[in-house]
Amino acid sequence: MSESAELSRSLVRSIVSPAPTGMLADGRIDRTLNTIAAWTLGLLWLTPLLYAVWTAFHPSAYSTRFDAFAPLTLENFHAALEAAPFPRYFLNTSILVATILAGQLVLGTLAAYAFARFSFPGRDIAFALVLIQLMIMPDVLVVENYRSIHTLGLVDTIPAMALPYMASAFGIFLLRQTFKTIPNELEEAARIEGCGTLGVLWRVYVPLAKPTYLAYALVSVSHHWNNFLWPLIITNTVETRPITVGLAVFAGTDQGIDWAIITAATLLASGPLLVAFLLFQRQFVQSFLRAGIR
Amino acid sequence: MTAHPLGNSGRLAAIHGWLLLLPAAVLLAAFTHYPAVATFWHSLFTTPRGNRPARFIGADHYRDMLADPIFWTALQNNLIFAAGVILPSIALAMTMALWVNSRIPGRGLLRLAYFTPTVLPMIAVANIWLFFYTPDYGLFDQVRSLFGLPTVNWLGSSDTALGAVIVVTVWKEAGFFMIFYLAALQQIPPELGEAAQLEGASRWQRFWRVTFPLLMPTTLFVLINATINAFRLVDHLFVMTRGGPDNATTLLLYYIYEVGFKFWDQGYAAALTMVLLLLLATVALLKFFWLERKVHYQ
Repeated sequence: MSESAELSRSLVRSIVSPAPTGMLADGRIDRTLNTIAAWTLGLLWLTPLLYAVWTAFHPSAYSTRFDAFAPLTLENFHAALEAAPFPRYFLNTSILVATILAGQLVLGTLAAYAFARFSFPGRDIAFALVLIQLMIMPDVLVVENYRSIHTLGLVDTIPAMALPYMASAFGIFLLRQTFKTIPNELEEAARIEGCGTLGVLWRVYVPLAKPTYLAYALVSVSHHWNNFLWPLIITNTVETRPITVGLAVFAGTDQGIDWAIITAATLLASGPLLVAFLLFQRQFVQSFLRAGIR
Repeated sequence: MTAHPLGNSGRLAAIHGWLLLLPAAVLLAAFTHYPAVATFWHSLFTTPRGNRPARFIGADHYRDMLADPIFWTALQNNLIFAAGVILPSIALAMTMALWVNSRIPGRGLLRLAYFTPTVLPMIAVANIWLFFYTPDYGLFDQVRSLFGLPTVNWLGSSDTALGAVIVVTVWKEAGFFMIFYLAALQQIPPELGEAAQLEGASRWQRFWRVTFPLLMPTTLFVLINATINAFRLVDHLFVMTRGGPDNATTLLLYYIYEVGFKFWDQGYAAALTMVLLLLLATVALLKFFWLERKVHYQ
């Protein structure tokens, strides 16, 4: 963790104070050109989102033409909520994301502790087998996983959507790295105090790994909030469908191409994550960073 | 109660280790290792239908695959898609990071602009861009009409559809890769750039001789991730093109979905999945045995 923590810290420093020397910034003309280019790209990058916000908050007559005096409206959001059970989809996604995260945290913590602090025959092979999942993810094994879930009789249930993702190689790896940095003496002291294996884990390792848990949770939640293919395959009904699949079904059925309503629904689906991101920008960036450095 | 030794090979420690590992191991085996092996096994059988059980057919699915023009189209599309997404998004990510790392006005806001697409669901992104690409009314055609250019059916023509899908993916991914470059740039001691400057190196030379080589480990990391994503990301196809027109945007995983869950030919879908697994395994082997050794300068 030391390396990644240091990186994240330095990133935060750079956010708070200007970078020591920008390699690109010397010479006034040079700097001006770079600023113009950077902001042109920035605006280009923001255009799709700004366009979506414009369309969603104005009557559909203004979807394709700009008018600074166009009236604002929430009508498109009303229409979208009338037309499809989005609250139900939100509920399904929330349950799904929470189930996956809870499973990943518990299983990941236990397995990471085993890999970090125990030596047992077959440990290194087991670890290599875990790492395979970083390359071959459940996302590409949908055909066989559907077969298995079908055999288990779990098709069209929320557990079916969650099961393939509950044991996450990425989470195990991240927590193992963190646990390895915790001094062994702390564990020994806790053992002397009479803690068992799980007691040590709960009292020593889990509290000290809080930043990693937070980072991992943010990455996991945003990943699974946005996941689509597996939920699409394994769900058939409103009672289980997550918001991404709900949105695709809604936009896929013929709406008479009312872009204003579809865009409103699109913003509804992305809204919670987007708002969370705007509020906790620094934590998000830091988390993705911490989680990405292997 | 006595404290027993830890982190060594006591019998009790070994049992505890395995017990801790067990729950994760069971699920990993059930949903990653077993399906990977079962994919190969089931690719050797026909798909069971109704009261007709699966029948062993050996390599027949693979023979069919070699003769299947859609498979070759999907594979070719996927390779073009990978190349078209990976190189531009890495170049853009690096440029964005260099900008955001320099003393540029409003860099907090700029970083936000670049990174925001990362937190949007791909399905939502696809909806927004679908609107952009709409003939006549979409933003692209409106801008073109200002210059008197004719309308283009971006997603409806096989010449432009794959390119249009690539643009969306680059937009979605570049900002994500940017933050890894940003982190790496923070680690480069400013003295290196200053020393090069004293030696009379131009800005361009300094980038290529100093910064770029030092970013190499990050580039490798991003390259691997981008490659895996190029074979895994198909969500936007469901909204934007459904693989069309005339399979011009069918990627491998999308074709696997169609064969497996629209035509319900799961035996053939398993054979197709084997190709995808082979591609991903190649990426993994390249990473571990070749690239990993070549990129470390320090």
